[in-house]
Amino acid sequence: MSDQALLTLDDLRVDFHTPTGIVNAVRGLSFTLGRERLGIVGESGSGKSMTGRAILDLIPHPGVVTAKRMGFRGQNLTTMDKRARRKLRGRHISMVMQDPKFSLNPVQTVGDQIAEAYRVHHRASAREAKERSLSMLEAVQIREPARVYDLYPHEVSGGMGQRVMIAMMLIAEPEILIADEPTSALDVTVQLQVLKILDDLVTSRGMGLIFISHDLHLVKSFCDRVIVMYGGKAMETLPASELDKAQHPYTRGLLGCLPDLDHPREKLATLNRDPAWLA
Amino acid sequence: MSTNSAINVDKLNVSFGDSHVVKDLSFAVEPGESYGVVGESGSGKSTVLRVLAGLNRDWSGEVDILGKRQPKIRDKAFYRAVQMVFQDPYGSLHPKKTVDDTLAEPLAIHGIRDAEAKISRAMQDVGLPTSFRFRYPHQLSGGQRQRVAIARALVLEPTILLLDEPTSALDVSIQAEVLNLLQALRHERKLTYILVSHDLAVVGHMCERLLVMQFGRGVEEMTATTLAARAPQTAYAQQLLTASEGFRRAG
Repeated sequence: MSDQALLTLDDLRVDFHTPTGIVNAVRGLSFTLGRERLGIVGESGSGKSMTGRAILDLIPHPGVVTAKRMGFRGQNLTTMDKRARRKLRGRHISMVMQDPKFSLNPVQTVGDQIAEAYRVHHRASAREAKERSLSMLEAVQIREPARVYDLYPHEVSGGMGQRVMIAMMLIAEPEILIADEPTSALDVTVQLQVLKILDDLVTSRGMGLIFISHDLHLVKSFCDRVIVMYGGKAMETLPASELDKAQHPYTRGLLGCLPDLDHPREKLATLNRDPAWLA
Repeated sequence: MSTNSAINVDKLNVSFGDSHVVKDLSFAVEPGESYGVVGESGSGKSTVLRVLAGLNRDWSGEVDILGKRQPKIRDKAFYRAVQMVFQDPYGSLHPKKTVDDTLAEPLAIHGIRDAEAKISRAMQDVGLPTSFRFRYPHQLSGGQRQRVAIARALVLEPTILLLDEPTSALDVSIQAEVLNLLQALRHERKLTYILVSHDLAVVGHMCERLLVMQFGRGVEEMTATTLAARAPQTAYAQQLLTASEGFRRAG
C-alpha cells in the first residue's frame, strides 16, 4: 500500500433498519485520505457525521455499515472483529466531537481524562501519564496547564473545553483525526484559535484530518480538499481553493443561498433540489 | 431623543446577581427600520432583546416603545404591538400543541374574533400549506417550525418583531428561505425589526444599521454600508469582522 493513502473507502453504505423501512444514511461513498486536511460539507441529514462514525465503528443499532473495502494502512477494516476495531479506535483513528459540554465526563477532572486516554493506549505509570497530559495541555496552548489539569469540565470555557478534547484525542498520537463540527459551538474569534491549534498539530505530526462541517466558508479556508455531500452521496470532490468555481448545481446552490457582504441582493437564491442527484 | 423612534433605549442596565450583563446601553430604532445587534456569546445581545420583549423585569434605565415609556410589567396592548421569534424552533413550540393550537392561543388571549380566517391567513403569509394546520411540531422540519413561530408572532399583526437568532439553528438553504420571508413581510407590512445574530453576513443582508456589543456595552454602531466596506472604527468590530471571514493560515 502506498504511503500516500492512510484511509481508503470504497462504496461505504450506512443503513438503518427501522420498523417503517430502511433509511439509507450513506449511499455508496468512496474516497481516499492522505496526509491532508479533507473537508466533508453538507446540510443536516447529508450523512457527513455518519461517515465519520462508520470509520470508527460507532454506528449505533439498528445501523448497519457495509463497504466493498475500508482500508487503513493495508488492513481491511470491514473484515476485522470488534476487538481489533476497538484497538484502532483512539490509538490510530480518533475523533473530536462537536460540543465539549456533552462530550467530557462531568465528574472527572479534565487532566485525569486526558491521562486516562493516554494510559488506555500506552503502558505508562500514572506519573508519566500526568506529565504527558501536562505537556499536551501546553501544546494546545492552555496557559497554566497545572491549574487547568485539576479543573472539572464545568469550570472551563467552551473554547478551553474544546482544546482539552483535542489534547485528549491527540495524546495517543493517532494517524487520522476525524473532527465532527469541532468549532460549531464556539464564538468566531475562539473558533479561529482552536482551528489554528488543530492545524498546527495536524501539520506538525503529519496526520490525516477529516474535517466535518456545515460551514462552507470555513471549509474553504481551512481544508485542502472538499467532498460535498447530499442525501448520503458525494455530489462532488474538489480542491478547497476552487470551491467558488464548483460545477455541481447543489454546491452552486448552497453557495448561492449564503448572504454575502460583498454582493448584496434584495432576495437570496433558494435551493431547488433535483431528485436526479440521488439517482 | 427623537420622539418618533419606534424603539428608544436610554442607559439600560441589567444585572443578574453580581454580574452586570448590560451596561449603560443606549440606541434608537426608527419605524420601519431593521436594526441588527451582533456580538459573541455573553455580550448581552439576547438580554437586551428580552428586556425589550418584557421577558426580563430586572433592569433600570428608560425604554420607550412606539412613543410610550415602558413599565417593567407590560400590558396586553404592548404584546399586540411587539412580538418575538426565538432561536430554536425545536424548543420554542409546545410539543403537544398542533400548529392550529399554537396560532389560536394568542388570538384567544387578546379576544380577537374570526380566528379561523386569521389562522389560515397567517399560515398562507409564511408559506405553510393549510394541510399542515393540524400537525404537531415533531411532524415538521426545522424550517417549517420556524415558519410556524413567525406565523405565531404575526397572527396578532404586530408592528415590531424582535428576532433572536431566527435562522442560526437552520441549514443554509432553509436560512435563505426564512430570511427572504422575513424581508418580504417587512416590506409588505412596514414592520420594524430588531435582529440579534452572531452572523455578520446575515445582519449585513437584513439590516440598515447595526450595533456591535461586547461585555454588555455597545462598542460601535454602524451602517450596513460601513460593514460591507469593512470599515468599522473600533478594533473589536474589526476583529469580529476578520474572524467571520474564515480561517487564515499564516505564512
